[in-house]
Amino acid sequence: MTEIDRRSLLAALGAAATLATIASPLRAQDGPLKVAFVYIGPVGDFGWTYAHDQGRLMVDEHFGAAVQTTFVENVAEGPDAERIIRQLAQEGNKLIFTTSFGYMNPTVKVAKQFPDVFFEHATGYQRADNLAIYNARFYEGRAVIGTMAAMMSETGTAGYIASFPIPEVVMGINAFTLAAQKVNPEFKTQVVWVSTWYDPAKEADAARALMDQGADMITQHTDSPAALQAAEERGAFAFGQATDMSQFAPKAHLTAIVDNWGPYYVKRVQAVLDGTWEASDTWSGMAQDEVVMSPFRENVPAEVAAAAETIIAETKAGTYHIFTGPIYDQEGTLRVPEGEMMSDADLLSMDWYVQGVAS
Amino acid sequence: MPIRLEKRREPSRSMLYATPAIAVGLTMLTGAVIFTAIGYNGFAAVWEIFVSPLIDPNRWQDLGVKAAPLIIIAVGLSFGFRANVWNIGAEGQYIMGALAGTGVALATWEMSGPWILPLMCVAGMLGGMAWAAVPALLRTRLGVNEILTTLMLTYVAVQVLYYLMNGPWKDPMGFNFPQTRLFNESQLLPTVIPQTLVHLGVPLAGVIAVAAWFVMTRTVFGFQIRTVGRAPAAARHAGFDANRTVWASLMIGGGLAGLAGVFEAAGPFGQMVPQFPVGYGFTAIIVAFLGRLHPLGIVLAGIVLAVTYIGGETAQTRLGLPDAAAGLFQAMTLFFLLATDVLVRYRIRFGADAKGAAA
Amino acid sequence: MTSVILVSMIMSIVGVSTPILLAALGELVAEKSGVLNLGVEGMMLIGAVSGFAVTYLTGSPWLGVIAAGACATLSALMFGYLTLSLTSNQVATGLALTIFGISLSSLVGESFVGLTVPSFGAVFPAGLSENPTLRLIFGHSPVVYFSLVMTWAVWHFLTNTRGGLILRAVGENDYSAHSIGYSVIAVRYAAVAFGGAMAGIAGSYYSMVLTPMWAEQLTAGRGWIALALVVFSVWRPVRLFFGAYLFGLVMTLELQSKAAGFNFAPPEFMAALPYLATVVVLALISMKKRRAMAAPACLGRPFKPAT
Repeated sequence: MTEIDRRSLLAALGAAATLATIASPLRAQDGPLKVAFVYIGPVGDFGWTYAHDQGRLMVDEHFGAAVQTTFVENVAEGPDAERIIRQLAQEGNKLIFTTSFGYMNPTVKVAKQFPDVFFEHATGYQRADNLAIYNARFYEGRAVIGTMAAMMSETGTAGYIASFPIPEVVMGINAFTLAAQKVNPEFKTQVVWVSTWYDPAKEADAARALMDQGADMITQHTDSPAALQAAEERGAFAFGQATDMSQFAPKAHLTAIVDNWGPYYVKRVQAVLDGTWEASDTWSGMAQDEVVMSPFRENVPAEVAAAAETIIAETKAGTYHIFTGPIYDQEGTLRVPEGEMMSDADLLSMDWYVQGVAS
Repeated sequence: MPIRLEKRREPSRSMLYATPAIAVGLTMLTGAVIFTAIGYNGFAAVWEIFVSPLIDPNRWQDLGVKAAPLIIIAVGLSFGFRANVWNIGAEGQYIMGALAGTGVALATWEMSGPWILPLMCVAGMLGGMAWAAVPALLRTRLGVNEILTTLMLTYVAVQVLYYLMNGPWKDPMGFNFPQTRLFNESQLLPTVIPQTLVHLGVPLAGVIAVAAWFVMTRTVFGFQIRTVGRAPAAARHAGFDANRTVWASLMIGGGLAGLAGVFEAAGPFGQMVPQFPVGYGFTAIIVAFLGRLHPLGIVLAGIVLAVTYIGGETAQTRLGLPDAAAGLFQAMTLFFLLATDVLVRYRIRFGADAKGAAA
Repeated sequence: MTSVILVSMIMSIVGVSTPILLAALGELVAEKSGVLNLGVEGMMLIGAVSGFAVTYLTGSPWLGVIAAGACATLSALMFGYLTLSLTSNQVATGLALTIFGISLSSLVGESFVGLTVPSFGAVFPAGLSENPTLRLIFGHSPVVYFSLVMTWAVWHFLTNTRGGLILRAVGENDYSAHSIGYSVIAVRYAAVAFGGAMAGIAGSYYSMVLTPMWAEQLTAGRGWIALALVVFSVWRPVRLFFGAYLFGLVMTLELQSKAAGFNFAPPEFMAALPYLATVVVLALISMKKRRAMAAPACLGRPFKPAT
């Protein structure tokens, strides 16, 4: 047993040593650049993982034979992830994207063992010399749909189906509500926590319950299109999550906040090819086309579409920032003074709700 | 042509050892045909899933780490299965054991010392045993079927885990993410081979299997367990207390599952997260059967299952096979094993038999 | 206004309860014959994906639901062949069937992700099925009415027919049923096949009616709830019906109260409740020591007559 393991250890060390002696630039190497993606769900989830895989396909298309991409789906957060990331590094991948928050510690550990491989971790906060982090400003999209919801709602109440109260989700709920209240100061966001990212039947039931309680706009921070289908059958309106989900609810679907990872992935692969890759911290949004709204459909009235377009344009120009004071929390305490903007650090650790959120 | 089964007087020894190999062989063959039929390279798929992890020294440490919890749990279950005590809730006992160990870790997070880890292990075993004690009590006092109670309690255990992660045990510095703080140095299971993931639990899995083999074959208790399973009437006659056997097998099963839970939490995970349960408790049932309920057979079976998990991952990256392929191979292996199992207990006869009895 | 909410709440309850009721009815019959099939979740997923696929390809939800029942029955017969003809262990075979169903459905379903299918038309004329109040009775999917008919049919079969008597005899004492000339194996095959068909139709209710789409593991563990429910109802169809609707009521009320802005219990407690309740019921019925209320005596035991 020990003999075997010592040999495996030597082999691993040997592999690492060989990697270290390969001189950059990487283009000098034979064969295509190998790029790998680690996914939390199945590529067919039509949500978070699907969106990342669309980004991977864009890399394939953009670079053709110069780059070879692979992915591993349904990777559990924890030791399984660590093993798979290490294996991908051992198999000669030079750039590895790990696309879920729970991959943070595993990615950090493996990045230490493979100093010559570049790692990119989505939605986390730990960096290293060869470990970059990236995320998207989805809250910019939430501000757009918040505006649309308030303009189109008759009851002044939106139903928000949420998974877990992590900062990303809290931020989205707040951005949505703040934007809606700019249109209708009385606007209320009713949140239902379903404690799951994915359970179609439960998401649909939560949407129905919210509509029963007076919500006529449905939005979500869970992964399946089930809530849209529930809105469709009741004649309410809803917004898609992660991808354009209009085929599931042609009448109810107003627009979707689309995660467009492709441009970022292409840019980062290019950087590796050029030898200019750096362990950056990227939090892009609409300005970089990382967050885009799917095309407004005919069910969106012209003035609503116009208002939404204005916000998109101003967000891209950097003149619209939804988290600008004054912002009051649920208890009515002033959290952000007039004219001040919340810092990224404050946003990324947000654990309080703005006025008008009921949860 | 009529085929009938004729009961063997003694289970066939040669078939007992041959059938697991036959089952794996049939799975490989069927798998190759099926995956070729649906448009993949079937033989390459079988090669990647069943062979490549074995011949790649880089993968051996992964096999050990993956197989260890399966072996420990399956060895524990084999005692009960031999005595016809059907504890199928090892997953729940595994979770509760890990939670008990985590409780100790969180209570001692500012302390250090060599006593902490052993205390966590004891707590883990007690946690698993406590969770198994409920079905044991219900079975011995009220005659309640343990298959149903152990299964139901597994789902309760999962919810206990979620509750603790989302509430009381959430890392206060963790941005509201549902997970505990990281364990400190005195709470982590040491690695036995430097620079690898191979933790103390891996060699201990082997030790536990050998100890179980000794108990099963060389002690009165082992004899009792085997007799109760094979000839309940004889066991009663010999004065073996059926209730004591039920208690003993559930305590061994629960205790070892709990210990495996602590090993996994304090080893590869290094903290407790809601994603902790990945079905080891259920897979261990397959392992126990594939290993013929023999502790040493279970070691081999645990490695075979670990190979299919890890091979499934390489098949994804190298062949683009979906994640579900590995699951399909695991299910097929078990189906074939259960099907060929009949050869151990029965002889197959062709042609009509004199008495005309049909199978 | 409140009556509108009430009607739509009841519609939600029906939605939650129907598939669980169907799957549990099938499992009840299988267990009554003495076979414990833990593969309900797997069979539901096979039904869900085949129902969706056939509906998508043919445009007919009726063909879809038939395919769902048929494919799940095939998988149940595979289970039956192993456990009944080859006398393999039912627990292990059932778990294998679950893994098989999860994996196979995900493999087959890959090409159907992101699509949607037409659903059943209304059974009754629009005047009835779209009336705000009358839709409580007339506005459901055909599968809902089917589940009600099946509840009655299973109850009637088990209590009032000769076939039901034989089925129960086989489940209570297989060897004496065999010795008076009944084919234990044939009866169990039929019961297992019925369980498969019901689970398949239940699964297709998710992919075709409740949320008309295919996604991996769409049933999200409802098969285990169905298994719990059979025990919770102490193997009685009428109690099973009320148990399924009680489950639907509690789940719907939980979401409704959250949507109204107050949480009455941690969500984890609500999720654990069906399983906890089942364990409690098991303990209670055993305390009463009434034979008629306990599990079928041969549950999970292989049958192999000496030749």
